[in-house]
Amino acid sequence: MNKQNQSPLVHIVKRGALPWYTAWGIRGGAILLALIVCAIVTTVVTGDNPLQVYATMFEGAFGTARKSWTTMQSTAMLLGVSLAVTPAFRMRFWNIGGEGQVLAGGLAAAACMICLADAVPNWLLIILCVVTSIAAGALWAAIPAFFKAKWNTNETLFTLMMNYVAIQLVAFFVIVWEVPKGAGKIGIINQSTELGWLPVIGNQKYLLNILVIAVLTVGMYIYLNYSKHGYEIAVVGESEKTARYVGIKVERVIVRTMLLSGAICGLVGLLLVSGTDHTVTTTISAGRGFTAVMISWLAKFNPLIMVFVSLLIAFLEKGAGEISTQFGLNQSFSDILTGIILFFIIGCEFFITYKLSFRKSEKKEAK
Amino acid sequence: MENKIAAVKMRDITKTFGATVANDKVWLDIYRGEILALLGENGSGKTTLMNMLSGIYFPDEGHIYIDEKEVVIRSPKDALKLGVGMIHQHFKLVDVLTATENIILGLEGKGKLDLKSAANKIREICDLYGFDVDPDQRIYEMSVSQKQTVEIVKVLYRGADILILDEPTAVLTPQETDKLFAVLRNMRDAGKAIVIITHKMHEVEALSDRVAVLRHGQFIGDMPTKDTNAQEMTNMMVGHPVVLNIDRPEPVDPKPRLVVKNLTVKNVDGIVKLDDVSFTANSGEILGIAGISGCGQKELLESIAGLQPTEGGSVCYINDDGEEEELLGKNPLEIADKGVTLSFVPEDRLGMGLVGNMDLSDNMMLRSFRSGHSILTDRKNPRKLAQSVVDELGVVTPGITTPVRRLSGGNVQKVLVGREIASAPTVLLTAYAVRGLDINSSYLIYDLINKQKEKGVAVIYVGEDLDVLLELADRILVLCGGKVSGIIPGRGAQKRDVGMMMTKLGGNDNE
Repeated sequence: MNKQNQSPLVHIVKRGALPWYTAWGIRGGAILLALIVCAIVTTVVTGDNPLQVYATMFEGAFGTARKSWTTMQSTAMLLGVSLAVTPAFRMRFWNIGGEGQVLAGGLAAAACMICLADAVPNWLLIILCVVTSIAAGALWAAIPAFFKAKWNTNETLFTLMMNYVAIQLVAFFVIVWEVPKGAGKIGIINQSTELGWLPVIGNQKYLLNILVIAVLTVGMYIYLNYSKHGYEIAVVGESEKTARYVGIKVERVIVRTMLLSGAICGLVGLLLVSGTDHTVTTTISAGRGFTAVMISWLAKFNPLIMVFVSLLIAFLEKGAGEISTQFGLNQSFSDILTGIILFFIIGCEFFITYKLSFRKSEKKEAK
Repeated sequence: MENKIAAVKMRDITKTFGATVANDKVWLDIYRGEILALLGENGSGKTTLMNMLSGIYFPDEGHIYIDEKEVVIRSPKDALKLGVGMIHQHFKLVDVLTATENIILGLEGKGKLDLKSAANKIREICDLYGFDVDPDQRIYEMSVSQKQTVEIVKVLYRGADILILDEPTAVLTPQETDKLFAVLRNMRDAGKAIVIITHKMHEVEALSDRVAVLRHGQFIGDMPTKDTNAQEMTNMMVGHPVVLNIDRPEPVDPKPRLVVKNLTVKNVDGIVKLDDVSFTANSGEILGIAGISGCGQKELLESIAGLQPTEGGSVCYINDDGEEEELLGKNPLEIADKGVTLSFVPEDRLGMGLVGNMDLSDNMMLRSFRSGHSILTDRKNPRKLAQSVVDELGVVTPGITTPVRRLSGGNVQKVLVGREIASAPTVLLTAYAVRGLDINSSYLIYDLINKQKEKGVAVIYVGEDLDVLLELADRILVLCGGKVSGIIPGRGAQKRDVGMMMTKLGGNDNE
C-alpha cells in the first residue's frame, strides 16, 4: 500500500452516550494529569518540591477554621453570581453583566445604610436594604432585557456596557459619601452602631451568606428543571420559533428571566455589603460576574454541579495565594497553575464527546 | 451489464455512530452509463454510505475501489479529485454571489481570478447536458430548481463523473422534475455514473436502470429496474409485504369548519405572499393544497395558526354548534383559550414543531405544560403520552429520554404528528407531512391523517407529491403565486391539469 493510500493517522469519532462513571472517570483522570503537569512545571521552573506546594495550597484553603470559612464564603459568593447568570444562559441570553448587577445591588444597600440609618428603626432598615438591593440588581438586568425583547439589541454588548456604568456610579458615590473627606473611600459604614448590618448567626460571620446561597442553589435547581417557568426558559433558549408556535410570549420570558437573574445578583451585592464587608467599593464584586460565566458553562448550567466548580475555583484562588507567599513566588506563578488545571478540566470535555481512533497497524491491515 | 467494469466498488463498509450501526459490511457497485437508485427506509444508512463515498464521513472499516484501484477518501476534496461529487438535500450556496462565483468558490486557480472564462466553461457544460442556468444570475434571485442546477453544475465543473444526488426531487414541481430527469439521462448517456437517493417509487421506475436496496444498514440486494416493481422494492426495503394503497373514504356529513375569506399576507420585505385567498375547509374532509414551493403555503397555514401577521381578510372557525369565532389577530394561546383545538404540523419539524435537544417526553409537554395550577410542571402525563406515541406509531428510539434530534426524519415526524393528534383536534394543519419520509412511514402518516378525517376533523394537507395529493385529498386547492388558482374535487382530478394550474392561474393557457 503506497503512502498516499494510507488512511489518516487519527480520525475523530463521535461517542455515544457514556455511562456517568466513565464520564467522571475521564474528568478525574484529567485533574490527575493536570496535577502531574503542574508538578513538573513547578519542579522545572522553581525547583520546589511539588508535593510540598500542593500541601501548602491545601493549607491555604483549609489549613485553619478561619481559612476554611473564608474559602466557603468565596465559594458561596461565586456560586451566588453563577446561579444568577444561569437562567439567562439557559435562555441563550448571554448576561455578562453580573458584575454591574452585583454593584448596583451593593450600592443600593450602602445607600440605605448611609442615608436612612437615623431615619428608620434597624429592622425596617434591613428590610429596606434587602428590597432596594434586589430591585436595583433586577433593574440593572431588566434594561438590556427590555431592549433585547423590544428591538433585538445585542445583549452581550449591552450587559457589558452596563458594568462600566455601574462601576462609575459606585466611584461617584464613593466620593460623595467618603469618610473622612478626601480619603477617597467610604470605610466601614455605621461601624459603632452596626445599623443595617445583616445579623450574624451562630457566631460565624459568613454562615448567613452560606446558608442563603445554599437555599438558593436548591431553589434554582428546582426552578430550572421542574417549574413551568424553567421549561419556558429552556424552550425559548432552544428555539424562539418553537416557543411562539406553542404560544409562549418570548418577550415576556426574556424580561422575566433577566429580572430574576439581576435580582439574585443584587442579593449577592447585599450579602457582600450588608453581610460581610459593610462598605462599598468599585471592586467589591472582584470579577465574580465574569468568573461566574465560566463556572456556569463548566457546570453545564446545572446548579448542583456549580457547587463543586465554585469550590474548586475558590480553592485554587486561596491555595494559589498561599503558595505565592509561602514560597516567595509571585502571584503569576499561581495563576499559571490555575491555568493549567482549568485547561485540563475544560479540555477533557472533548474526550467525553469524541474519541480518537488511530490507524490500525500495517500488519493488521495486511491480514 | 455484467461485463462492465465498476466505476465504484464499496466492500464491507461499516460505520458506527456511538452504539448505532449505520452501515454494516455494505457492498455496493456503481457503473458508468447507468443511473442507480439507492433505496431504503429512513435511517437505513443510504445517506451515510454516500457520505463516505463523498468524503464527509470516514468509514470505520471496509474498502473503496474506484476503477479497480483501492482509494482512501479523507475529505470532499479527495472525493472530487477521484471524480465523486455529491449534491446534498440542503443546498450549500452563498445567496449574494452569482452562479459562476458559487461554482468556482474554493477552487484554487493560478494567477488572476478569471470569471469570464469560468462563465464560458459553465455555459459549455450547460449546453452539453441541457441545463438551464444563467451564470451571472445571483442565487437569491433563483428558484429552488435553479439553485439545484447550480449545485449539479458545480460538481460537474470540478470534473466529477460519479454523481450522487440525495433526494433531488423533494423540492421540485412535476415539470421541474421532468426537466431534471432529462438532464440526468443526458449525463448517463455521456457515460457518467449517477446515484440517486429517493423515496418516490414512480421516480425510481421512471428514471433508474438499476436499484440497490439497504435495510437497517445492511445491503439487501440489487437488480435491474425493469425486472422489478414498486411492490417488490417496497417489500425488500421494509422486510415484509406492505399494502401500497391510500384509502379515501367518502367524507361523512361534511360541514363548514373553517371559512377563509380574502386573506392577504405580506412578508417582512413587503412582498405579497397571499393575495385575496378564500376557501372553506369542511369537517371530515381532507383539503389538499398544491402549489410550487414558496407560493404561500407556509403563510397560509401560519396565518390560520396565529403565527403570521396578516394584511386583511378573515379566518372564521365554526364549531359543531354553529358558533363562529374569528381566529385572525389571535396568537396560538388565545386561539386555544377560545376552545378551538387546532393542531399544526409545521414544515420545519425540529426548528418549530419540536425542540431537537429535548427528549421525547419533554417535547410532548410543549402543548400541555401550562395545564394545572401548580408552578411545577407535570411530568407524568407527558411521559405516558410519549410512551403511547412510541408504542402506537412504532417510533424507533432507544427510549423516551432520547433527544429527538437523534431520531431519523421519519421518527421525528411520527413524534410530532403523534403529539398534535393527541389533543383531539377539530382542525389539523399539516405542511409537507411526509417530506423526507420513507414509503412505510409515509403510508403510516396517510393512515393517521385519514383516521383524523373519519373522526370529523377538518384536515388541511399541504403536499408536494401530486400523485399522493390526487389519491388522498377530497378537494384540492391549487395555489399559484399566492393566489388561488382553482379548487377542484380530488376524485378524478388529472395530474396534468393540477400541474398546469400550479404554474398558471386557472391552468388555462389563454390567461
